Amino acid sequence: MSDSNLKDGFSLSRRSFLKNFGTSAAVAATAQVEAVAQELEKVNAEKVVGPGAVPITLQVNGKPLKLQLEPRVTLLEALRNHSPLTGAKEVCDRGTCGACTVLLDDKPVYSCSKLAIEAQNLKITTIEGLAENGKLSPVQQAFIDQDALMCGFCTPGFILSVTALLKKNPHPTAAEVHHACSGNLCRCGTYPRVMQAALKGAGVPVTGQTEVISYAKLA
Amino acid sequence: MPSWPEKRVHIGSHAKRVDAPAKVTGAAKYASDVQPEGWLYGMIFRSKWAKAKITKIDLEKARSIPGIKAAVLAREGERTVRYYGEELAAVAGTTKQACLDALRVIEVEAKELPFVVREDDAREETAPRVWDEGSNVSEAKVKDQGEVDKAFGECAAVVEGFYTTPVQLHHPLETHGNTISWTDEGITAWASTQGISGVRNDLASNLKVPQNQVRVICEYMGGGFGAKFGPIAEGILAARLSKEAKAPVRIMLTRFDEALAVGNRPSSFQKIKLGATADGTLHAFELDSYGTAGIGASASGGGSGGADFPAPYIYKIPNTRVKQVGVATNAGSARAFRAPGHPTASFGMEAIMDELAVKMNLDPVELRIKNDTSEVRRKEYKLGAERFGWKEKYKKPGSSPGPIKTGVGCAGATWGGGGRGTKTEAQISPDGSFEIRCGTQDLGTGSKTVIALIAADLLGLKPDQILVRVGDTRYPPSGGSGGSTTTASVAPAIYDVCTKALAELQKQTGVADARGENWAGACKKLGINSLTVSGEWQQGLSSSGAGGVQFAEVEVDTETGFTKVKKITCVQDGGLIVSKLTCESQVNGGIIMGIGYALYEERVMDKTSGVVLNPNFETYKLTGLSDVPEIDIVLLDMPERGVIGIGEPVTIPTAGAVANAVANALGVRIGSLPITPARVLEALGKVKAATPAAAPA
Repeated sequence: MSDSNLKDGFSLSRRSFLKNFGTSAAVAATAQVEAVAQELEKVNAEKVVGPGAVPITLQVNGKPLKLQLEPRVTLLEALRNHSPLTGAKEVCDRGTCGACTVLLDDKPVYSCSKLAIEAQNLKITTIEGLAENGKLSPVQQAFIDQDALMCGFCTPGFILSVTALLKKNPHPTAAEVHHACSGNLCRCGTYPRVMQAALKGAGVPVTGQTEVISYAKLA
Repeated sequence: MPSWPEKRVHIGSHAKRVDAPAKVTGAAKYASDVQPEGWLYGMIFRSKWAKAKITKIDLEKARSIPGIKAAVLAREGERTVRYYGEELAAVAGTTKQACLDALRVIEVEAKELPFVVREDDAREETAPRVWDEGSNVSEAKVKDQGEVDKAFGECAAVVEGFYTTPVQLHHPLETHGNTISWTDEGITAWASTQGISGVRNDLASNLKVPQNQVRVICEYMGGGFGAKFGPIAEGILAARLSKEAKAPVRIMLTRFDEALAVGNRPSSFQKIKLGATADGTLHAFELDSYGTAGIGASASGGGSGGADFPAPYIYKIPNTRVKQVGVATNAGSARAFRAPGHPTASFGMEAIMDELAVKMNLDPVELRIKNDTSEVRRKEYKLGAERFGWKEKYKKPGSSPGPIKTGVGCAGATWGGGGRGTKTEAQISPDGSFEIRCGTQDLGTGSKTVIALIAADLLGLKPDQILVRVGDTRYPPSGGSGGSTTTASVAPAIYDVCTKALAELQKQTGVADARGENWAGACKKLGINSLTVSGEWQQGLSSSGAGGVQFAEVEVDTETGFTKVKKITCVQDGGLIVSKLTCESQVNGGIIMGIGYALYEERVMDKTSGVVLNPNFETYKLTGLSDVPEIDIVLLDMPERGVIGIGEPVTIPTAGAVANAVANALGVRIGSLPITPARVLEALGKVKAATPAAAPA
């Protein structure tokens, strides 16, 4: 997760609050507290937004997406309910399944657990943004080739998790793929094929082991 | 009699899934993705009582929330709710946030009533009644043949066991729901469903709209596993909200809702006694079981799905006595769940088979081969045992040294997998493009791919030249996708329509063989109009009856209680294999879901509040990527039998095989699924046992 929410000025960090507090002598503590309170009020007067809808601009797949949203709207809801970008899926809405995974500055993030307003100024990549000029990314192609999908509902999340892994680590081990996908769930049971696809996306040759045996030739 | 072509290029090949590109790019639009002009977000307001008399629900405050466009009651007038999560009302608004705010201000007057959520408690005479009209315990389903008591006396060995399985939740990743538009012209429903025709009929009859004014569309759907037939409450509510708001409404359940009200696999409590003669021939069997299908188990209450299961499962035993009852509880009703009854039956029966093998000092595989009347399955055991290395791996129970113990187990399955009745149509256009329209649906199983591969082989084309359209009630009807019937029902109809289309094309154009390289030239001769042809299911191209056996190897850590499945070998027959790639994916999926049933999944009810305690994925555990073992699949090709479905049989024996492997590793049997670390440590006497469930009296 990015620490950008500390940079964008919506909150005063606990550390800087305590640091200011600690520089004063104990006798001056009350005055200091009041001063901090006044300071906070001033900051908040400028920065508090909502509860009504506010303008929010997201940078999605290289294009600006301008929306009017309440600050409590998650990035996932912003994408799915307020834009045509429905590739990220809502499955648990609790940060447990990974189906809503998007990339924020190339890092995989659960978009259900990030407010849209916090995702401004970050580079957002959704499943719709992976193919370039109609050409599928190597990871997308590997998912097709290995049949690393069935109903397809977890697929965007897995593809983005694997994409993020390969950006960081182009030649992962199986254990590293396990780790990268440990936050993604699938109910159809595509995992073995996801493993193969991730390794294939990294350029490792993959062989299946299923055998078809003619019953007629069995003893 | 029609027959599949001898020379098959695409059928049985590793050809890719035809709709995979749409699924890896986000282009695939599911019921929850369509955004018709002016669509509204909808949410359901549910009972927070396990049982209550509802006297009044006030929606006025909800209607006054900014953005809310409609609010409806699930039912008018006084009513009784019978489980936590039953639908009471629904709202639709311009944003999800408006709906969340509206749900908070709905006022309900209710009189709480006594309830019962645990099977043991519900069986008591004095237990609160789930249905006022009758007892919580259903009439027993009884099977009695031979002379059971006498036969046990004739046995050289008799074993007894008590086995329990939990209520399992379907949890398809796409929750239940629809996007529905109801206008003066009729209803259009984008449904997440396993049966578009059933949804159409139910919407029409519930909402009093002629069936020809209801259109149901399901181009993609995110899993069902048996729980997605009919529009059910959420579909009816979305339609009524749409009518009131004069705008399309999307209601998709929350994950939390999904655990409450849209189906589950019933629990089971199985007391089993099994006896064999000195040579290991099964001679006598007795089963006394109960289980809950929630409110659905009551004879008077209706609902779907009982809590019974086939016994003595795949074995034929001359002296057999079976008594099974369902116990109603204040919980959501069961629905069909991937091979209903079978994983439950397999787990109990295969456990007692291993107990017998141990007692008689017989090899468990040999005992099965001796007693299994299916020739196919006997061959599968032999082949599987060899591949798995059974003879080298099977050791005396509990003899594995060290703190991490290894063990092996096996189990078998049976399933129908036949299907019939599909109708379809094909269209050949003068430019050579070809389209098949069929009112079936692809749940992610690969139905579209199966259709494309068959058509490609019969017409001498490539699969990507076949445009497959499914999931629309405007196409010729097929059945619901349940019981592994889809491929066996659809494939023969595709054979028929392609054969007829080719014959008609050749007749109209005078081209003797229009297949392959002659295709484009022949189509050009059609002139202006496209050629359309109808086809339907034909006898002789599909059949039913799939077996299948699985072998499991596990490691159990006796210090942490953690079980890791190391390997599953699966030998599965399924007639003519149409799409090898998607078939393999189905097998993987069945095994992985079976591992969940064996080790992780269990709905937990709170006795005092009647609430499902683990309605999300933090606490209801699904198998994850790191839990997946090495899976070795052998598909037995039997083209002479035609097409047979395999989606269900492949999930049946996994839990039984894994549980037997754990017992073999530890030398102690854990009779309850899921086999959690706590249960392992309890069985080893390392922690104090929780209160055990009561065996049938």
